[in-house]
Amino acid sequence: MKGFDFANFLSYFGNGFLWEGVVITLWLTAIPMAGGLVLGTFLALMRMSKNRFLRDFASVYIWIFRGTPLLIQLVIVYAGLPQLGIRLGVVPAALLTLTLNETAYLSEIIRSGFMGVPPGQREAAISLGSPPWLVIWKIMLPQAFRLMIPPLGNSVNGLLKATSITSVISMEELMRRSQMLMQEKFDVLEVFMCAAVLYLMMTTAWGLIQRQLEIRFHTESVPVTEEG
Amino acid sequence: MIIQFEKVNKWYGKYHALRDIDLSVSRGERLVICGPSGSGKSTMIRCINGLEEHESGRIVVNNVELTKNRKRLHEIRQDVGMVFQQFNLFPHMTVLENCTFAPTWIKKMSQKDADQVAMHYLERVRIPEQARKYPSQLSGGQQQRVAIARSLCMSPKVMLFDEPTSALDPEMIKEVLETIVDLAKEGMTMLCVTHEMGFARQVADRVIFMDGGRIVEMNAPDEFFRNPTNERTQLFLKQILN
Repeated sequence: MKGFDFANFLSYFGNGFLWEGVVITLWLTAIPMAGGLVLGTFLALMRMSKNRFLRDFASVYIWIFRGTPLLIQLVIVYAGLPQLGIRLGVVPAALLTLTLNETAYLSEIIRSGFMGVPPGQREAAISLGSPPWLVIWKIMLPQAFRLMIPPLGNSVNGLLKATSITSVISMEELMRRSQMLMQEKFDVLEVFMCAAVLYLMMTTAWGLIQRQLEIRFHTESVPVTEEG
Repeated sequence: MIIQFEKVNKWYGKYHALRDIDLSVSRGERLVICGPSGSGKSTMIRCINGLEEHESGRIVVNNVELTKNRKRLHEIRQDVGMVFQQFNLFPHMTVLENCTFAPTWIKKMSQKDADQVAMHYLERVRIPEQARKYPSQLSGGQQQRVAIARSLCMSPKVMLFDEPTSALDPEMIKEVLETIVDLAKEGMTMLCVTHEMGFARQVADRVIFMDGGRIVEMNAPDEFFRNPTNERTQLFLKQILN
């Protein structure tokens, strides 16, 4: 029995190769999240549109991307599409798949945020003569965003961990780099425990950020000031 | 004639909400609309700025016929102010921002000019000191007065009030009604859905009673209250005045 080498485990926290993996994991989370928010907003608006074609398109998109495993989507994009002559590098394939997948989830969060804004808000805005884009941008989105922060936080947390799946297409993020290190000395437990702690640090840091966001966006619209 | 309804009909699915509405409102006129709930009074005034679409007949506002043309609708809405039962102030904006939102974004007014206009109207509704607060920090009556100021900032030609005091505590009804009375005295054209009959007596040129999607009675307030001809009007007045 090899046992658990605690000193060895600690030594991996000083490993620059793993920390680079942490950085890669972070942008592999941030970019699809940002892309998903933008595309998800459009998809949510399509889903709520009066136009039947747009509505159906959005529903089918969400149905497919939420209904199939991320792993299969990833393999299809990276290894399947070349069969049709579409060749994507590891990084573009990983970013694209994560973005497309996240878009489906985020659009539903965004849609529920929109639906949580009282209908009177929209009516008041259009009664003042606002065109639809202005109603969405200045009235609906800011209010919907507040409602969206808690579920959005869950999404970030989930995506951060889901990026590890891209290791199967040899995307060199934290998980993949842990596997590579593990194969050098077969410190399976030490390396993966270290990686697990690094993931935990990232999700914990996000938890703190989310808490701040919740406080800020809640108090911003209801500041406490003295009467007068 | 600033507003004209000709044989307007509206359905919600199978429910016939407005039946053959004919109505003309001239500039400067003040109409009070009352009737039991579900009689179509809110629906009627919401048709004037296209919040509800009518299925047949014609509605002409300020010489422009309401159609599905989006751009025209936005123009009409800039000329027609609306005040809602639930105030519908934007909670993420201060009182001042609520008032300058439409002038700056839609009329492309400079922030400075818009602030000035907003303060002018906030003074008229007698709450300039609340300009920096958020709606949630105000009482219902104050919120409704801000909503009135917000509409006035777009210099509307007509004001629509959809039960403006129904969501208010009794002690706040007076302050809101006084604001509307002031506005009426200045010659603003207005249509007001309300059950405040004292208010109707005080400001209305005509009082309209609706029932089952129809206008069943329309008269000057004196006549309306003294000699209601329609049976349902009589019953309604008896209930509401006791």
